[in-house]
Amino acid sequence: MRFLFLIFFCFFFFIFYEGLKKDPSKIPSNLISKNIPEFKLKSFDNAFMTNDDLYENEIKIINFFASWCPPCQVEHKQLIHLSNKYSVFGIAKKNKLKDLSSWLKKLGNPYKKIGMDLEGIVSIDWGVYGLPETFIVDAKGIIKYRHVGPIMKRDLKEIETVISNLR
Amino acid sequence: MKYIFIFFSFIFVEAKSIEPNEMLNDPKLEKIAREIGKELRCLVCQNEDIQNSSADIAKDLRKIVRHKLLNGESKKQIIEYIHSRYGDFVLFSPPIRIDTFALWLFPMIFFFFLTFLIFRK
Repeated sequence: MRFLFLIFFCFFFFIFYEGLKKDPSKIPSNLISKNIPEFKLKSFDNAFMTNDDLYENEIKIINFFASWCPPCQVEHKQLIHLSNKYSVFGIAKKNKLKDLSSWLKKLGNPYKKIGMDLEGIVSIDWGVYGLPETFIVDAKGIIKYRHVGPIMKRDLKEIETVISNLR
Repeated sequence: MKYIFIFFSFIFVEAKSIEPNEMLNDPKLEKIAREIGKELRCLVCQNEDIQNSSADIAKDLRKIVRHKLLNGESKKQIIEYIHSRYGDFVLFSPPIRIDTFALWLFPMIFFFFLTFLIFRK
């Protein structure tokens, strides 16, 4: 009986101990290994941005951000660094065109194209629940990786490894 | 005075984060929207449902639920859509599948085990 109790105790101890290491604020994406959702948004350059823009035959980084979100400013340098090597697309959530324009003028524009998600509906379609969030999409338009929160310098290595593994 | 305060605090316990401009004109659809809202977990303030959360994402989800209801989608379709975007986490009662079976089974096993431990001679 004691032995059985010990097994039970060890089992639950292990489960709870492992659970302690997890970050409950990071929810796994349900869109990994799935096609990018269809969307059509007005773009920052006053044209349109659709999912077709993301089907180019190359690996892309898609960043959900807003000029009103302070952590987005923190990751901006890292995005500029990534944009020198890869195609970075942006989807600005609930952002006024004027605010975004002056923000990009001040910090630089790493984005190839920016979609204006004024209602936040496209963000929900991508399973985004906070800003910033960044996705890596492969050449076939399949979502392969998601990063929640700002991309810090220490995250660059992981992102670059993911991309080089996809090539 | 104390009892009056307690009495009123129970009356107003049902206060919602939902704003008047979010509500649907059709009371039947609004009722379904609220039922859906209570089944979905807010992704930011994780122990609240989207019906009662004042977080921005909860507000967006409430809006999308109502928008889809107006487009004639059913409660099941709407929950399936949000589930497909945010995974099991967004559901207050996750589906019973092979990978979630332990979640449902272990509390029962644990309960029987403890009962056995307490009442054995």
